[in-house]
Amino acid sequence: MNSHHLPLRPHRFEGGIHPADGKAYTTSGTIRIPPLLDKYQLVIQQNIGVSPLLKVKKGDTVKKGQQIADPVGNISVPLHAPTSGTVGDIHDISGANGAPVPAVEIIADGKDEWCEPMECYSDWKNTNRELLLARVKDAGIVGMGGASFPTHVKLSPPPEREIDTLVINGAECEPYLTADDHLMREQADRIIAGAGICAKILKISHVLIGVEENKPEAIRALRTAAKGQKDIVIVPLKVRYPQGGEKQLIYALTGRKVLAGGLPMDVGCEVQNVATLAAIAEAAVEGRPLIERVVTVTGSPVVDPGNYLVRLGTPVRKVLEWAGGIKKEVRKLILGGPMMGFAQSSLDVTVSKNTSGILLLGADEVRQFEAGPCLSCGRCVEACPMRLLVSTLSKVCENERYDLADENYVMNCLECGICTYVCPAGRPNVQHFRRAKAEIRALKRRK
Amino acid sequence: MTILFAALALALLGLILGGLIGFTAKKFAVETDPRIEEITNLLPGANCGGCGYAGCADYARAIVEDGVSPANCAAATEENFQKIMAAAGQEAAKRERKVAVVYCSGDNRHAVHVALYNGLNDCRAAAALSGAGKGCRFGCIGLGSCARNCPFGAIEIRDGLAIVHAELCKGCGKCTEVCPRKLIHLVPAESKVHVFCNSLDKGPDKRKICTAGCLACRKCVKAYPELFNAQGFLVRARDGAAITAEQVAEVKCPTGALQTVDSHANPGKRKEGAA
Amino acid sequence: MESSDKMENRAPVQPEPAAVRLPEAGTLVLSSSPHIRTSLNITKIMAQVMLCLLPAVIMAVCHYRWNAVRVILLCMIFCAGWEMLWCKVMRQKQTVRDLSAMLTGLILALNVSPLLPWWLCLVGSFVAVIIAKQVFGGLGQNPFNPAAVARVALLVGAARPMTTWAPLPSAFQHLDGVTAATPLTAASQSAAQQASLDLYNSNEFLWNAFIGNIGGSLGETSSLAILIGAAGLLLFGLIRLYIPLAVLLTVTVFVWIVNQVSPGVTPGPLFHLLTGGVMLGAFFMATDYVTSPVTHLGGMVYGIGIGIIVCVIRIWGSFPEGMSFAIVIMNALVPLIDKFCYKRPFGWNPVNAFQPRRGEIK
Repeated sequence: MNSHHLPLRPHRFEGGIHPADGKAYTTSGTIRIPPLLDKYQLVIQQNIGVSPLLKVKKGDTVKKGQQIADPVGNISVPLHAPTSGTVGDIHDISGANGAPVPAVEIIADGKDEWCEPMECYSDWKNTNRELLLARVKDAGIVGMGGASFPTHVKLSPPPEREIDTLVINGAECEPYLTADDHLMREQADRIIAGAGICAKILKISHVLIGVEENKPEAIRALRTAAKGQKDIVIVPLKVRYPQGGEKQLIYALTGRKVLAGGLPMDVGCEVQNVATLAAIAEAAVEGRPLIERVVTVTGSPVVDPGNYLVRLGTPVRKVLEWAGGIKKEVRKLILGGPMMGFAQSSLDVTVSKNTSGILLLGADEVRQFEAGPCLSCGRCVEACPMRLLVSTLSKVCENERYDLADENYVMNCLECGICTYVCPAGRPNVQHFRRAKAEIRALKRRK
Repeated sequence: MTILFAALALALLGLILGGLIGFTAKKFAVETDPRIEEITNLLPGANCGGCGYAGCADYARAIVEDGVSPANCAAATEENFQKIMAAAGQEAAKRERKVAVVYCSGDNRHAVHVALYNGLNDCRAAAALSGAGKGCRFGCIGLGSCARNCPFGAIEIRDGLAIVHAELCKGCGKCTEVCPRKLIHLVPAESKVHVFCNSLDKGPDKRKICTAGCLACRKCVKAYPELFNAQGFLVRARDGAAITAEQVAEVKCPTGALQTVDSHANPGKRKEGAA
Repeated sequence: MESSDKMENRAPVQPEPAAVRLPEAGTLVLSSSPHIRTSLNITKIMAQVMLCLLPAVIMAVCHYRWNAVRVILLCMIFCAGWEMLWCKVMRQKQTVRDLSAMLTGLILALNVSPLLPWWLCLVGSFVAVIIAKQVFGGLGQNPFNPAAVARVALLVGAARPMTTWAPLPSAFQHLDGVTAATPLTAASQSAAQQASLDLYNSNEFLWNAFIGNIGGSLGETSSLAILIGAAGLLLFGLIRLYIPLAVLLTVTVFVWIVNQVSPGVTPGPLFHLLTGGVMLGAFFMATDYVTSPVTHLGGMVYGIGIGIIVCVIRIWGSFPEGMSFAIVIMNALVPLIDKFCYKRPFGWNPVNAFQPRRGEIK
């Protein structure tokens, strides 16, 4: 692609904040490899779309990496056994959003034997792109930044959409999380290879990698790995939440604005997370499916915070035990980061493909808030990265006037949490908007 | 003299304006069926929407113009209902009175909360957050969305559980729409006994989180197979089964999930009944 | 089967204790994201604004001594009292602790004459807290700035006590306190009599006005003190400069134009900036969160409106000062301003099919 696409200076999106980032807990050190567990509770649906269909039954023996669930339809990905052993019970466990989800138990035999490996495309540059795309699907790869949308669907845009830029999200703007940071430092080669594979699948060459400036080591590692590849540009970004938001990232790197309700492909961009790229490279080059991911275990109550390479299906309880447990009273257990993560009520929830972090917040950090009256101070309006009139929206949603909320563009809200973070009255804006969005969607569906 | 003049001027002004008003009223009068107004006045005027129309006036118009049956209005008193039937010139119809029943008896004394909740005071918002920490994923969240949505003030939140006061309930069904757990049902007012539990979990799982849930021990089904119907791990009273309070006392439900509507609304009395 | 009494006391089954300490079940809090929040709250904001008003209060006490202390304390206590009483009578949650009523009282006190009798303080506080705020639904719901409404009400309803100025110990000692006029009144009288306005444009007078050696309401005399407080507001990040800057620039430009077109009608721009309530109003009253626009563009429009109205009232109106009138008038337009000054969301496009249309739902 032409060089005029290369930004000399990233664009600055309007709004955004810089919350206390808490990344210092886990910036140092390396990714740790935890011991093998006796059993894993693998949630069967780990992707947005259609749940895969389990093809093993209780008592079957499985090998590590063996496909145990087949995808159903296109927007679905297979599931693989995290270790070798036998299949246990298939029952409901609590999922990341609180609702029970079906899960399969894999009882480890301790040998951790790989199954028959898939073909390794070590020379991926000369491999057919159809094969690479099929591999992305067969390896069960989904968006690992949090959305868990099947990656192969994202990588096969409709032919009438012209994609010219692959935007790589290495911003990791969520406070506390450093999983992507460590991944970029330690597996920069894989990420660059993954970017190359994605670009090849999309038949483009122009790749922009956005990394926030507070990760100098990651930027250095990526630059070293991408040396000699002129089309791959690593762009340091200002530390600003939500720099890693899809639309904000595209705007920062290319200056293009994704229209409200639109997709990145509308402006010729394709966004992938660095963790997804590493998984793609692993799947294509080494023939390994997605069975583990890097998870940040952090927060002030954690005795030994750090990043762990966790097998999918590991209960949070075990991960916390590896991290030495807690040293003070915990009030919140969050899967994901503090701004967009999900609070959990149980330690039995398991790590899935989109779990980027396990965050504990102590009793002193969790403020029991009571929603006060909106002062119309405008802090939320100033900080909203989607430029919404948050103060008005908050009031109409409180009064359950969802028609007015829709008129005020509540559907554009990306639920980044900034408006709630900055609100001096402690109003639960994001919860208001989530409810409003759900209600409006339901009302429109009824029509 | 001045006073006289002022009075005359005012009187004249009044006369002219009055004439004008009378003229416009005659000239621009819109022909409406007087029965619409009559029926609107007879309808309860709560605009609850239970009939499926935008409000009482809209429903009255539909009754008169489209010949819709007035029986859809659950809120009108029997006396007014008969008057509406007469005014609409329709055949006398039997109207079934329905009341709302909350199929849950897990108040804070019986049901376990596995987490604390800090957020919007709204059941639908809380349902997306593990049901505000209530251990049971089928039970009443108890934040009172139904109570706030009830046009007749018939629902009370007592000890974290929605309780329907049957004498106030008109059966409009507003509460059933907002409940995210779908545990409020409209039942015929005559059926006074229900199994007040909505959980489809296995019995032992239920017992861990709630001491008032139906364990599916089937005591009641064994005693009165014609009255009760076990569906998996949940027993329901059969449709239209006339169950008496004596039969409930005789069955001795071990958890008290099987109880009368009265004892659900007045837990004080229930202790005596259950013991 | 166990009896129901035994089962009621049963605790949920606890998992076996782990080797390391882990969070206990039942102690975790569920809430919607985000899970971290700013440490700022309403009380803190109110306290910070009060702190920023401290220079003006000190200046007032220096000038008017016990009169100032008396009026300020009375207004603050009465405002808090009215709010407390309202919450009690209306059986609402007690909101006096968020300090907003106290702040209203303080701003009201800085807006009135130091000789205001106690019962007028009581009435003014009533108007500010009850009529202008609580009847609309309390903090956050009031369409008009409570202190400005109270000042307008007092000025119109009790013109004489409101315009009876105390003698300044330093500057105008020779004048009788009862008849001493503020420079604004004097200037507008001079202008009406077509007398010379040179005095009011002299450097000496302007310097006195800047540091506060002139007559006027408690907090309005010293522009210096207000500016120090304004710097505090900006430092705390409480206000953005859009509104005050728009007000001050508009006043400057407007007065300059009037002076160019017809000299002798009114003193120069600096006189208008430094006397009366322009400074206090621009920084502390027009920027009131509740009654000012939330958008930056809206803030500018609102500020320009205030500037024009205050100049019109001062130069051609029957009142020598019009800051509170201007603020109240523009307050009424705030919803409209916000509506028209709101820029569309990120990526908004008028031909985009995804935009909501009126009446699409419900």
